[in-house]
Amino acid sequence: MNPRTPAVALALIGALALTACSGAGAASTDSSGSVAIVGYSVLEEANQGVQKAFQQTEPGKGVVFTESYGASGDQSRAVAAGQRADEVHLSLEPDVTRLVDAGLVDADWKDNDTAGVCTDSVVVFVVRKGNPKNITTWADLIKPGVQIVTPDPASSGSAKWNLLAAYGSAAANGGDAAAQSYITSFFDNVIALPASGRQATSTFTGGKGDVLISYENEAILARQSGSDFDYVVPDSSLLIENSCALLKDHSDAAESWLAFQKSVDGQKEYAATGYRPLASVADQVGTLTVDGAMTPDDPFPTVDHLLTIDGDFGGWDAANKKFFDADNGILTKIQSEAGF
Amino acid sequence: MATVTVPRATASPPRGDRRGARRLTRTAGFGLGLAMTWFSLLVLIPLAAVVVKAAGGGWTTFQSVLTDPGTLVTLRFTILTAVGVTLLNAVMGTLIAWLLVRDAFPGKRILDLVIDIPFAMPTIVAGLVLLALYGHEGPLGIDVSGTKLGVVLAIAFVTLPFVVRAVQPVLASLETDVEEAAASLGASRWTTLRRIILPSLLPAITAGASLSFARAISEYGSVVLISMNARGVEVMSTETYRYIEGGDTAAAAAVAVLLLVIALVTIIVLDVLQRRAARRG
Amino acid sequence: MADASSATRTSPRRRTSAGAWVVRAIVAVYLFLLVLWPTAVLFRGAFADGLGTITAAIADPDVVHALVLTGQTAVLAVAINLVFGLGVSLLLVRYDFFGKRVLSWLIDLPLSASPVVVGLALLLVYSPVYGWFGPGLREAGIEVAFAMPGIVMATCFVSLPLVVREVVPVLTELGDDQEQAARSLGAGGWQTFRRITLPGIRWALVYGLVLSLARSLGEFGAVKVVSGHVIGQTATATVAVESAYQNNNTEQAYAIAVLLVLATVLCLVVVAILHTRDAREKG
Repeated sequence: MNPRTPAVALALIGALALTACSGAGAASTDSSGSVAIVGYSVLEEANQGVQKAFQQTEPGKGVVFTESYGASGDQSRAVAAGQRADEVHLSLEPDVTRLVDAGLVDADWKDNDTAGVCTDSVVVFVVRKGNPKNITTWADLIKPGVQIVTPDPASSGSAKWNLLAAYGSAAANGGDAAAQSYITSFFDNVIALPASGRQATSTFTGGKGDVLISYENEAILARQSGSDFDYVVPDSSLLIENSCALLKDHSDAAESWLAFQKSVDGQKEYAATGYRPLASVADQVGTLTVDGAMTPDDPFPTVDHLLTIDGDFGGWDAANKKFFDADNGILTKIQSEAGF
Repeated sequence: MATVTVPRATASPPRGDRRGARRLTRTAGFGLGLAMTWFSLLVLIPLAAVVVKAAGGGWTTFQSVLTDPGTLVTLRFTILTAVGVTLLNAVMGTLIAWLLVRDAFPGKRILDLVIDIPFAMPTIVAGLVLLALYGHEGPLGIDVSGTKLGVVLAIAFVTLPFVVRAVQPVLASLETDVEEAAASLGASRWTTLRRIILPSLLPAITAGASLSFARAISEYGSVVLISMNARGVEVMSTETYRYIEGGDTAAAAAVAVLLLVIALVTIIVLDVLQRRAARRG
Repeated sequence: MADASSATRTSPRRRTSAGAWVVRAIVAVYLFLLVLWPTAVLFRGAFADGLGTITAAIADPDVVHALVLTGQTAVLAVAINLVFGLGVSLLLVRYDFFGKRVLSWLIDLPLSASPVVVGLALLLVYSPVYGWFGPGLREAGIEVAFAMPGIVMATCFVSLPLVVREVVPVLTELGDDQEQAARSLGAGGWQTFRRITLPGIRWALVYGLVLSLARSLGEFGAVKVVSGHVIGQTATATVAVESAYQNNNTEQAYAIAVLLVLATVLCLVVVAILHTRDAREKG
């Protein structure tokens, strides 16, 4: 072996290392023209259209986006552990509260026209094409032989919305006792508890289960990309409100981006991938045709009994503690008793 | 292809002898220092942080984790699966090594390459293809997704090469004088196998089994896809993840420490057994 | 490939006994169901459209970046493992020092750590917010977690023992008679290493490096946790595979996966060819 070979090899590796270190993973400079988004899993494709529309606007010209998507809890934890971001757009409020507690988000992040919400949806039942088991109500879910797929509340924001929707709908007909007995029967029928809303959809598309509890927008998006299933909007459901907040240390472009997300144009783009327009701009958005909805011309049928987290559950702080506390949460206990 | 040609020195000292181990020279000492620094920064300190985190919750954290019925069920399943798959690998791995070393057939080179495929495949890819084949939409009509068998399958896949690659070189370098002597004395092939060949292979099989077990208890990527977190089909790695996501990092650390202790004990036990077997052989 | 240099070693020969056929049958079925068919699924999925799926995948700049990032990480990890692995092997076999046994046990530990634990462990130390060293490093301007160094470290962690495991047995078998002879003849340390030790362990080392490369290309769990997987920046190829799969883009997932597998298989084939040629020359 040529005595110079190891030296040359090491030099090459060193050069490669330097280019690698400077290239990848460089924290985005705080230039006004970039926005670093850390979002929850279902948002990945939806944001593409909204970003393009934003970049057509004056404040959005030339803005560069860097994005990371994953399970809401995972993402929240990553930012709390130091991942750099300008905006977090997560499935539910407690994932942002964690960042407030960590000192990364201002405590008044909810004091705005949409109470810190950027996108809305509702909980729906995703079923096989033609709905062979005729699942249309919450009561149908607990019938024997029905196999439910729903994500794991420990890591998935989607799961918490699903379970609260189930609980609230049952509680409307008989109070807490009826609701708890309902959830017990519900978990008896759960066959898989994947880690995120996305993974749950993949599991269902892979053939597992008769019904997937999911976001309406996730169902619509999956149908848009070719998945062959139907979904049912039950008569009673929970309004899913996804929280978005800017971190204390954010770029200027991020503020314009946030404003755009909540604007009429932004909400129209989100609606194109299945989100329900925010109440603040719903009238202005007008009638929409959404590809992939069960009825494209009437994509967002009214839910007869629409529960809200603030109205029916006393807000996320209270609900999280009452239902999902690791030791004493009502739903946590039922879940572990069911063997999950 | 992993057989390593070992040039034999003309007068080879008996095995089990300490091969010229000597005291550290200055350069060697410096090298050891560097190596230990990197090893500490990379492995020892982070693992210590995990232990500290677990201990931070006090003995109560360990207790609650160890007495949690769900965790115990998961632990039992993880260990049983790992042991079972390791035993399977010990048998199949030796058989495959036998074919590769002592048999001749067309396509043997391809077989050699096939053994390395589980190494070449990223764990998540392995999970995807196993799911495609043996999941709900699989062509065979078998669905092991969300079942214990599915987890066994995934782990068997990723641990396949370990015993094969450990046994192959040893089998290749076995001198057959003793085998031939035994045969000439009338020993059946089975007896020869049992009394002469297998004992010589035992250290190698044990070494491979140790690697297989280590990988089996810690496998995550392929298992998480197949298990789908179905009831009773969780392994310790997915359990750790759930504790983390549930915000109980101390409990996650406790679970991790438990598993690491089991792994360390296994490493030590197998190392001692291996040395003892090598010394005898 | 059995070494045929010794006359007393059995050269592989075609077996005709019933036992041999039984073994062949069992192995064939086992490997077909466990390895061959799943691999075929992968290749079929990736090449279903000829080269179309792969070209479509490479056309996506984020995919390309993920592949390049994985490649860079793997090269760095292999280089680090080469130096560390070789060094530690020599230390463990040729020298005696306090704690040698314990070190050899600890070296094997990363193999048993699940990727979740690796991610957790690294973040506990290198998180810029709550880690032991992380905040200090961030003050000094060094980003480890959620940046390239973290990804490289996570990759090194999981592939650490591989080179050592391959080289140590061979180094032990070799014995140091020749090395001692060389030294007594006046050869320096580096010369002895290069001319005597290295040729003896060459193939074990190479195989260990290929294993290390394979593990580095394929690492998923630990890297995902430590990197923050920012698309186009810190998302590695395996993360891109998962992402594509979950976005209902199974073809892209298979395409990226097949590229990773082919890279390792190519290395294995090259090594096999070189090794056979080398053995043939020697034999």
